[in-house]
Amino acid sequence: MTAILSALGVGHSFGPLTVLDGIDLEAAPGEIVALVGPSGCGKSTFLELVAGLDAPDSGTITVAGRQDSRGRLEECAWMPQKDCLLPWYSALDNAALALRNQGLSRRASRAEADRLFRRLGLAGFERSLPNELSGGMRQRVAFLRTLLSGKQILLLDEPFAALDALTRGQLQEWLLPLLGAEGRTVLLVTHDIEEALYMADRVAVISPRPGRIVEWVPGSRTGAADRRQVVTSPGFNRRREELLGMLRLDPTPPDGPATAATP
Amino acid sequence: MKRWLPPLLLVAALIGLWQLAADTGFLADAFGLEPFLVPSPSEIATVLWKDRSLLAENARVTLVEIVAGFFVALAAGIGVAILFHRFGFVRRAGYPLVVASQTIPVIVIAPILVVWFGYGIGPKLAVIALICFFPIAVNTLDGLRSVDPDTVRMMRSLDASRRQVFLRVEAPAALPQAFSGSRIAVAVAVIGAVFGEWAGSDEGLGHLMLQDNAQLMTARMFASVAILSAIAMTLYGLLGLLERRVIRWR
Repeated sequence: MTAILSALGVGHSFGPLTVLDGIDLEAAPGEIVALVGPSGCGKSTFLELVAGLDAPDSGTITVAGRQDSRGRLEECAWMPQKDCLLPWYSALDNAALALRNQGLSRRASRAEADRLFRRLGLAGFERSLPNELSGGMRQRVAFLRTLLSGKQILLLDEPFAALDALTRGQLQEWLLPLLGAEGRTVLLVTHDIEEALYMADRVAVISPRPGRIVEWVPGSRTGAADRRQVVTSPGFNRRREELLGMLRLDPTPPDGPATAATP
Repeated sequence: MKRWLPPLLLVAALIGLWQLAADTGFLADAFGLEPFLVPSPSEIATVLWKDRSLLAENARVTLVEIVAGFFVALAAGIGVAILFHRFGFVRRAGYPLVVASQTIPVIVIAPILVVWFGYGIGPKLAVIALICFFPIAVNTLDGLRSVDPDTVRMMRSLDASRRQVFLRVEAPAALPQAFSGSRIAVAVAVIGAVFGEWAGSDEGLGHLMLQDNAQLMTARMFASVAILSAIAMTLYGLLGLLERRVIRWR
């Protein structure tokens, strides 16, 4: 495979605290790679390094052939844990933010955002302010904003962590075909094992701090399939148990809430 | 309407008490003063009406000073806040000076300004702007710095220039604080105008008060005070209205 994104021996520390210790990772175009690991293992930091928001202390990150922070900043779209919607813009204008930044007129950017608004079930809320939206809707707008940047590499940092299990499952179902159709390459940071297995082509298991990839597990990304069917299949269950074992967690019942990982 | 009722009733009750105390001579007795030195609210109201053209003329002068001085402070305060926010070293160097600007006793500096710049509007603007500058600058700067860093990083990742980050994120985020700083400023601007006029002027409500004081025309002095206070409250209210129109996302 020719990787569109590759990290080689990426290490990073904050003062005396070593957060990442030699991360090696490659992603092919169109691939969804999930990163799971206990809180504080540095997976969010890794995402920010890939995004070009910071330069790694050691190792190299190449994104679409570009190694410098500025280049990575231009090639990637980063979606932080918080939705970071701007309270003074309508839902539609928030979704169109990247297009506006790129110099598109207000009108053209709105038209562009409107096309996808419907598909994410946001029709009728174009003019609503963020504080009038539910948590699930806010997250969808934030995701749309990331997608509409037009960038080929999306870096999603626990995009659904703030949502209840039901909304989370629905959003995952919505997103998969959309991402498939768009052919974007995605790094998905999550501590929800089920989410990782369901969404991703491959899952990287990261050790507690200082973070490094200790295992690769294949995901069950199947595109349009019914989520319930996927996550209750024997193969999926087996891999979940496997992953849980690696993260040293107690298994949760199939439909129970996925609990946060603790080191 | 309900919101206005309690303060209105309280003010009416206080004025009623004052009227009673003045009419019965209780106040004058208590202070050991001649009764004509302690005007009643009705006497003040009479002067307000009788001398309305004189009062209005001087009020206009003072109002112009207040509004102009406030705008000078607004421009300077917001300008300094943006500069401090953009350049950390400018902030570290300049912040003590901004604080110092607030510690300058205006009542001392006003006469010096009059000696330097004469009886015109200049010294009044300077005094008013000096008082108003601090709350505007400090509050706006706090507003600019309150922006969530992740939001700025998200903007950078989505191709925003420095300028776009300022216009789309930082400036709107700072608006509520800039408004509260402005409201504080406009309320104290009146004090600056009076000090400025006391230090040297030939018109304005502050000037009129000095004259009335010399002639023991206490009722008209109170009338001037009432007008000054009404000006401050009106400007404060107008800013509040504007704020609610501009900031609709809360």
